[in-house]
Amino acid sequence: MRARYLGIGAIVVYCLAPFYWMLVSSLRRTNDIFDSGPLPDPLSLESYRAAFAAHNGFLRSLLNSFIVAGTTTVLVLIFATFTAYALARLEFRGKGVVLALIIATSMFPGISLLVPLLQLFSQIGWINTYQAMIVPNIGGVLPLAVWNLTAFFRQMPSELEEAAQIDGCTPTGAFRRVILPLAAPGVFTTAIITFIAAWNEFIIALSVVNDNTLKTAPVITSQFTGTTTFDSPFGTQMAAGVIVTIPLVILVLLFQRRIVTGLTAGGVK
Amino acid sequence: MVSSRLTVPRAVLAAALVFGVAACGSDSGGGAAPPGPAALDGVGPISLVTGKDTSGNLQNQVDEWNSAHPDQKVTVIELPEDADAQRQQMVQNAQTGSATYGVLNLDVVWTAEFAANQWITQLPDAEFPLDKLLPETVETGKYFKHLYAVPITSDGGLLYYRKDLLDAAGLKPPTTWAEMAQDCAKVLPSNPGVSCYAGQFEKYEGLTVNFSEAVNSAGGSVVGDDGKPTLNTDGARKGLQFLVDGVKSGEIPQKARTFKEEEGRRAFQAGELLFHRQWPYQYAKASATDGSSTVAGKFAVAPLPGLDGPGASSLGGHNYAISAFTKNKKTALEFIKYSASEDQQRKNLEKTSQAPTWAGLYDDQALVAKFPYLTVLKKSIENARKRPAVVKYQEVSQAIQDAAYAAMSGATPVDQALQSLQGKLETLTK
Amino acid sequence: MVTLAPVEPDPVRPAAGGRRSGTGRLAALLVSPTLLVLGLVVAYPILSAIRLSLFQRNDGIDPETGLRLAGDRFVGLDNFTDMFTGDTASRFLNALGNTTSFTVVAVSIEVVIGVLMALVMHRAFRGRALVRAAILVPWAVPTAIAGLLWRWIFQADGVANDLLPGPPVLWTTDGAQAWFAVVIADTWKTAPFIGLLVLAGLQVISSEIYEAARLDGAGPWRTFFSITLPLVKPTLLVAVLFRVLDTLRMFDLPYTLIGPGKNATDTVTVLAFEEAVKFGKYGPASAYAVVLFIYVALVAFVFVRLLGADVFGRSR
Repeated sequence: MRARYLGIGAIVVYCLAPFYWMLVSSLRRTNDIFDSGPLPDPLSLESYRAAFAAHNGFLRSLLNSFIVAGTTTVLVLIFATFTAYALARLEFRGKGVVLALIIATSMFPGISLLVPLLQLFSQIGWINTYQAMIVPNIGGVLPLAVWNLTAFFRQMPSELEEAAQIDGCTPTGAFRRVILPLAAPGVFTTAIITFIAAWNEFIIALSVVNDNTLKTAPVITSQFTGTTTFDSPFGTQMAAGVIVTIPLVILVLLFQRRIVTGLTAGGVK
Repeated sequence: MVSSRLTVPRAVLAAALVFGVAACGSDSGGGAAPPGPAALDGVGPISLVTGKDTSGNLQNQVDEWNSAHPDQKVTVIELPEDADAQRQQMVQNAQTGSATYGVLNLDVVWTAEFAANQWITQLPDAEFPLDKLLPETVETGKYFKHLYAVPITSDGGLLYYRKDLLDAAGLKPPTTWAEMAQDCAKVLPSNPGVSCYAGQFEKYEGLTVNFSEAVNSAGGSVVGDDGKPTLNTDGARKGLQFLVDGVKSGEIPQKARTFKEEEGRRAFQAGELLFHRQWPYQYAKASATDGSSTVAGKFAVAPLPGLDGPGASSLGGHNYAISAFTKNKKTALEFIKYSASEDQQRKNLEKTSQAPTWAGLYDDQALVAKFPYLTVLKKSIENARKRPAVVKYQEVSQAIQDAAYAAMSGATPVDQALQSLQGKLETLTK
Repeated sequence: MVTLAPVEPDPVRPAAGGRRSGTGRLAALLVSPTLLVLGLVVAYPILSAIRLSLFQRNDGIDPETGLRLAGDRFVGLDNFTDMFTGDTASRFLNALGNTTSFTVVAVSIEVVIGVLMALVMHRAFRGRALVRAAILVPWAVPTAIAGLLWRWIFQADGVANDLLPGPPVLWTTDGAQAWFAVVIADTWKTAPFIGLLVLAGLQVISSEIYEAARLDGAGPWRTFFSITLPLVKPTLLVAVLFRVLDTLRMFDLPYTLIGPGKNATDTVTVLAFEEAVKFGKYGPASAYAVVLFIYVALVAFVFVRLLGADVFGRSR
């Protein structure tokens, strides 16, 4: 018993220690930032004030992140639910090709999509727009979401929907009235995974936008500047890192049970 | 029933099928237009794209401009502190043809690349008081004899030293590497925790700067006047040998191989270094009396030492150029003239301690009294050598970093590192 | 298998064209948004990368004006042969080796830690919710931020060196320690992902099986290796497949934590990024990407074909 709690403790420390260090560093004064004590002494909100200083545009970037990640999540859920339902439940020609395409697209190194995407977006005037971040994000997360939801739909007893169809529902009706409500937990889990992935996206957001008022929070954080040309503002970055991470930590705290059951009930058997 | 076992080959097949239709995405650049005095017109709001604004004075400058030109407002866009990241953002802006960036604050070594790719506009010489600026700095804004960028700030390496420790041992600041080593041998035994010397030795642009300085200071050069690499010379070998021996003997502490500017500055301010090769910006920071620097009032600066006498710095600094894709080029031109003016440069020096490019300021008695390092700095800039002004500068710099880093870590012998570097640079500068 | 049996057309309802074609149309409708997006932001760039990989930028400058010559020229497979035999071969092969070693080692460690995490999360005990949340925290930290965080931790005078005895380790230079730093950071960030998926797999194992094993007198180790592991194997394989594909394409950590141009940590994606963004050589950069794509596809193929990873649960 004691051994198990020791094991649990070790895992928790392993997971939280680096995050804790980020938190502690963010609460030190700039001049103490290189201290290695376990607690900030004295406690200071200097770094947080610096992070939110108007010229950084950090607040605005948080809003941008919510817009980008939120829109991505909604659209991914719609697209992925449709597609996953079709893949799991409908027989149609070319299904194998669709599956193959979805898998193939998830295997290409994302970094190499950058240059063609940049060229494409500059041709169609998408540079410095939200959609330039949202659409690639959707493309990046869709395969995982489709995978997760397909497995989820497949798990549900098909008798239900056959019954619905015998009762006179069209396939569309069966999908809407019977399947979708039952799929809610899986959809919810997928939503969280999608949101986290979209919130964390960096390299595309870094490249397709150079207008500060449109940048997302991770991009703005990585571009915080110190007080001189060469200054790397660790404290401010750690503070911003904490703030960027906190919405996700709260999501995880609130919904850990649902994340786990959502995956269990459907995602993976 | 279809098995998942088929998915992967199908994926490849699918990709192959669609590839046949793919040739439509063609995207080669346009033809090279001959350069000429293109008309710089267009008046209206522009942006100024720059690395971090030091001490907030840039905003003052911009505010002053904006209140005088309410219909031609300048917005500052600050880029990350890392020079590579700044350049990357500017290059991407150019490649997407975005009009977002107006005036670009370019590192002196980027001029050739940006000019050759026509990412920046050629400027009319007559519009600027070039004869009042330090000639070495004006040179960095030119490419194929045409002006593409106007120097706003300069930079030269200085030797920061612990005056208190040298004084205590009755020593003067060294002018040669040998003297520096002797000084260390005298001072360090009684000062545990202090290392002899550091510069910027992490594998990045700073290493190119430090390597070039070592080679120049040993009487060699990286690239000769004809633009051909000259690393197969005795000077080059002795320069690199100085850095390699320093690491081997411990005069350069091991951890200095992770130093960029800031890591080194922190070590110097924590009193861990006797000598430190650094830019002028450290002067103000290390003089701070708020407790962040343990060496405030205990250090001074001297010209960089060399093999047989004073060394030669690499020339740093920043120039303003006009993005080829901005609309309001006339406003951009006027703003550059405004920023390069004596008045603005004086204010900038007073606020930020950055090296001006206006030559007269270095001899201004009031300023020299306030910034005692100005005299040393002017000498450093006048003796400074340009880093190679080549279009493929990034690749040249990368090759230099590869060679110097490998040699300093002991992985490659000096001769071999230089020989292979010479070969690479010959290809790159062909 | 049974679930996929097509529903016969319903004779009672005279649906136009019969249900089968209605189903086909519905399926097309449902699938097309996904295909459209993937086509625009993934398939198009892939194809354009493949095309680019056959070109090189014109290299010279105009001797009069110094301006760079415009346009690309077709070079066939030169970019690919250069990778294996040219000047850049050693760099590329080294990066390929790093990519592989990172994947093998990091994913192996992640599997061990991830399974441990899953076992812990699976047990009922007080405070389980908090422990689960704690385990999911690293997964939630944005990768870009995680890179900054680990760089901060692994500095020469950072906290990692403060905690370790002996002289400071220069983590962010080049060499084995830099390689380890990347593995440590990557493991921390992604072991929870494996833990999460394996946990889901664990939860569908019925408790009766364990009960039976207990009655047969099987010890905990025996139970783990004879019951738990075989039963979560399908899940684990899929989780490992996802991680392997991700790690083969790893970019952020080596780039932000150690920096580009280091022999010990340059991966193929770092090379591709440097070639494209720093040096503007889109041809070689795209060729790197294509080769990596093929490598990834091969690995995926091996997983699906030989190990029987059941990605879409189709063969059930």
